[in-house]
Amino acid sequence: MTATAVRADTVSAAAPRRRRRSLGWIAVVPLLAFTALAFGLPALAMLDGAFTVKDPATGATAYTADNLTASLRGAYLTALLGSVKLSAVSAALGALLGLPLAQAVVTSRFPALRQAVLTASGVLANFGGVPLAFAFVATLGNAGVLTRHLGLTDKGWDLYSFWGLVIVYLYFLIPLMVLTITPALEGLRTQWREAAQNNGATPAQYWRHVALPVLLPSLLGGLVLLFGSAFAAYATAAAMVGSSIPLVTLQIADAISGNVLVGQENVALALSLDMVLVAGLVMAVYLPLQRRSARWLA
Amino acid sequence: MARLNLWRWGVLGLAGLYFLLPLAASVVFTVDVPGQGITFDAYTRIVSTDGFTSSLLLSLELAAATIAVVLLLMVPAMVALRLGAPRLRPVVEVVCSLPLVVPPIAFVAGLGTVLKWGPEHLSRTPLFQTFVAIQNPDFPVVLVLAYVVMALPFVYRALDAGLRAVDVRTLVEAARSCGAGWPQALVRAVLPNLRGALLNASFLTLALVLGEFTVAQLLGFRPFAVWIVNVSGSQAQLSVAVSVLSLLVTWVLLLALAGVGGRTRTTSRG
Repeated sequence: MTATAVRADTVSAAAPRRRRRSLGWIAVVPLLAFTALAFGLPALAMLDGAFTVKDPATGATAYTADNLTASLRGAYLTALLGSVKLSAVSAALGALLGLPLAQAVVTSRFPALRQAVLTASGVLANFGGVPLAFAFVATLGNAGVLTRHLGLTDKGWDLYSFWGLVIVYLYFLIPLMVLTITPALEGLRTQWREAAQNNGATPAQYWRHVALPVLLPSLLGGLVLLFGSAFAAYATAAAMVGSSIPLVTLQIADAISGNVLVGQENVALALSLDMVLVAGLVMAVYLPLQRRSARWLA
Repeated sequence: MARLNLWRWGVLGLAGLYFLLPLAASVVFTVDVPGQGITFDAYTRIVSTDGFTSSLLLSLELAAATIAVVLLLMVPAMVALRLGAPRLRPVVEVVCSLPLVVPPIAFVAGLGTVLKWGPEHLSRTPLFQTFVAIQNPDFPVVLVLAYVVMALPFVYRALDAGLRAVDVRTLVEAARSCGAGWPQALVRAVLPNLRGALLNASFLTLALVLGEFTVAQLLGFRPFAVWIVNVSGSQAQLSVAVSVLSLLVTWVLLLALAGVGGRTRTTSRG
């Protein structure tokens, strides 16, 4: 709407347009210059380093794909696959569990509950990290409250395992799903349900033929976003020390700080590049889906 | 209808159980120490523990600097996009979404590489002093740079939502025709109408900086989140107590903000 207004205005008044456009350029330039420096430079350094090999004897550098092949072999490949598996399982569970919760919150008649849940979701989905890890260590860790009182260790429970991490990850993935899917659920119009009912549809038929097709792009988009978020998570896993689960973020951190082998920094950069490619793929799937769902919810 | 209500309360109840149990258990963990009985020691010790004040202060300073920089960069740019440069809008949108494609750990790997250029290639040039200065452990400017980049997506969404609700063009033209200059029109007409969006953006950035761990830890600095992890080895109760407090404080702050801002909603990453 704004875009058409602007266009109509610029056609009718050419001279002010030119003056304003120059002003617009000036105001946007600092932002672009800043991101080029603070974001572009590290990104280019990563790209360059990922393809560079330094000969330790002569100090000469050469461009190869050795780092990338190394990052897709052995322990690094295991970590990459471990991350993908963990992210896929927890994203699927998060989407499955987040949808009914979002529906319950959206249809609730208490605005205060809605507001509290959505705000809490914002906090947990984006800013959990370290505090979240410690809350779970205190609850279900080896000396955790529930572990001690219910004797979970004897029953084979271990927080520092694959399913332990899934449970912790769900704590920020379910809120993320609630945040992503709520606008779509709010966009389901009552008229659509009424129209379906008037035509003799059962609730199941309404969900199957009306609601789900409208929600599908948002659902898939949410799923993809959850995957990306779980894939990129580092702080939670790192704070829960003693994790025996191979994760690509932990591998990168180890390689950067030279914990395992010296001279692995460039493999860390190649691993980072792998992560960026996966995250880029996630966004490439997510953005068209989001645009598609926005069409229905306008 | 009754069945529907039952279903809804069942879902909400289960979710409440899952989300509140770890918090409740954490409180029990900090209060009920094995062998000591009920004690509030973990909470009373927080302030006097070595490093708490300095790391929290560092985080707050970083947050203030980040908020100032990100708003100074974003507000003029976003207003200008509405007023006179709509064709740049996709560019800014992409630039502000890019940090979502590069996970923090990958970003810090690249950032670390750039910082290593200082000692390796630039030690004879004046730029070297800059590299040293931005890594000053008392106030690492490099963290502000990183946090501004990481905050861009949140701030973009908050400001975009705020600007959507305001007719910036009419406001500015009204102010200009009343004789206000450009700066005056921006500061006295546009900014007050964006109060909610500015507050929202600031608090999201504050929450981001206070909880940020990845970049700070891997570059070797010691703000709040890194301190919590470092102290957890020797004082488990204390670190859990601080964690629970920081989660609750963030939540209450954002909830209060939502109350003040009326219908402004917390932004999702989507």
